[in-house]
Amino acid sequence: MHPLRSHKSYLASIGHRVSGVALAVFLPFHFLLLSTAINGADAMDEYLTLAEMLPVKIAEWGLVTLLAAHLFFGIRVLLLEFTHWPRRINRYAAWIVPCTIATILIATLFIIRVY
Amino acid sequence: MTEPKTKDSHLSVNVWRGGNEGELVNYQVPARENQTVLDVITEIQRFQQPDLAYRFACRVGVCGSCAMTVNGLPRWTCRTHIKKVVDNGQLTVEPLRNLPRIKDLVCDLEPFIDTWKKAGAPFSGSRTRYDPPANIKPDSPLRQAADAGLQCINCAVCYSACDVVHWNRDYVGPAALNRAWTLVNDVRHAKRQETFEKAFSENGCQSCHSHGNCTRHCPIQLNPSESITGLKKMVFKGLPKEDKK
Repeated sequence: MHPLRSHKSYLASIGHRVSGVALAVFLPFHFLLLSTAINGADAMDEYLTLAEMLPVKIAEWGLVTLLAAHLFFGIRVLLLEFTHWPRRINRYAAWIVPCTIATILIATLFIIRVY
Repeated sequence: MTEPKTKDSHLSVNVWRGGNEGELVNYQVPARENQTVLDVITEIQRFQQPDLAYRFACRVGVCGSCAMTVNGLPRWTCRTHIKKVVDNGQLTVEPLRNLPRIKDLVCDLEPFIDTWKKAGAPFSGSRTRYDPPANIKPDSPLRQAADAGLQCINCAVCYSACDVVHWNRDYVGPAALNRAWTLVNDVRHAKRQETFEKAFSENGCQSCHSHGNCTRHCPIQLNPSESITGLKKMVFKGLPKEDKK
């Protein structure tokens, strides 16, 4: 990795960005599934049977993990940019560990609760 | 100049030769107890490669003209001791990133200087020589905010370190926005509103991704990223009012 990019805050920023792009790919399918409810419970159930397939379950887990990562690292950016930080503190190193732990926690909880 | 302790005690230095198209050329330079990267480059130019082009002026960290990329990171070469950067006897020196290369270690700073104008940077006074000087209290919040970014000497290290500039050369970059920040907080500046609007225009402060590379690499520990986030906050607060106290 380029030495200018081998620091935690760069990885946090890229993680936030990549999770956002991946969500943009995932979410249309998610909303497509939800939209089947308009045609009644049977139509939705038909699609929900797909959710029992392992690859779909893994994709769902990925969706939730990405959503959690994007949420927490997005909050981090807002905290960095819109709250006051004394100049002596390296604000960019802050909140990376808590955001990572929170994302892992959500991802783990999803596995435990759903499967 | 002290002589190297042993004949084998040499640094292997890769130096960029050429313009935008070019290659790294290896030189063996005697390793000394005390030498900066600029000393090494000077030694190559004086004794091995007389046509090696590089910039320097003050040699003591005042002018900022000797900024180069050392082992991938932008630095003032005059203030970088070899021991701080040498990697297993190896050193790679290139011109600053994100700027067109002219020859060897010299890059064209014109695109960088142009960004200052784009961000509304030229100071515009409102008084003539016949008016009394403005009465600015040094401890007023606006002056403190302006002073925090005022020591920038345009070395372009932050511009070179910025990945957003690397992705989008139209982005004005941290130094220009830091300058804009000092101006919108300077009540003597007659075009504060204009500077404020330019700093917010396309490719202005809102293009910053808050990676913090500018602050991390600023050789004089300025915080351009803080200035940029200060500008972003003005979306809600508007242009700061003049101090009343």
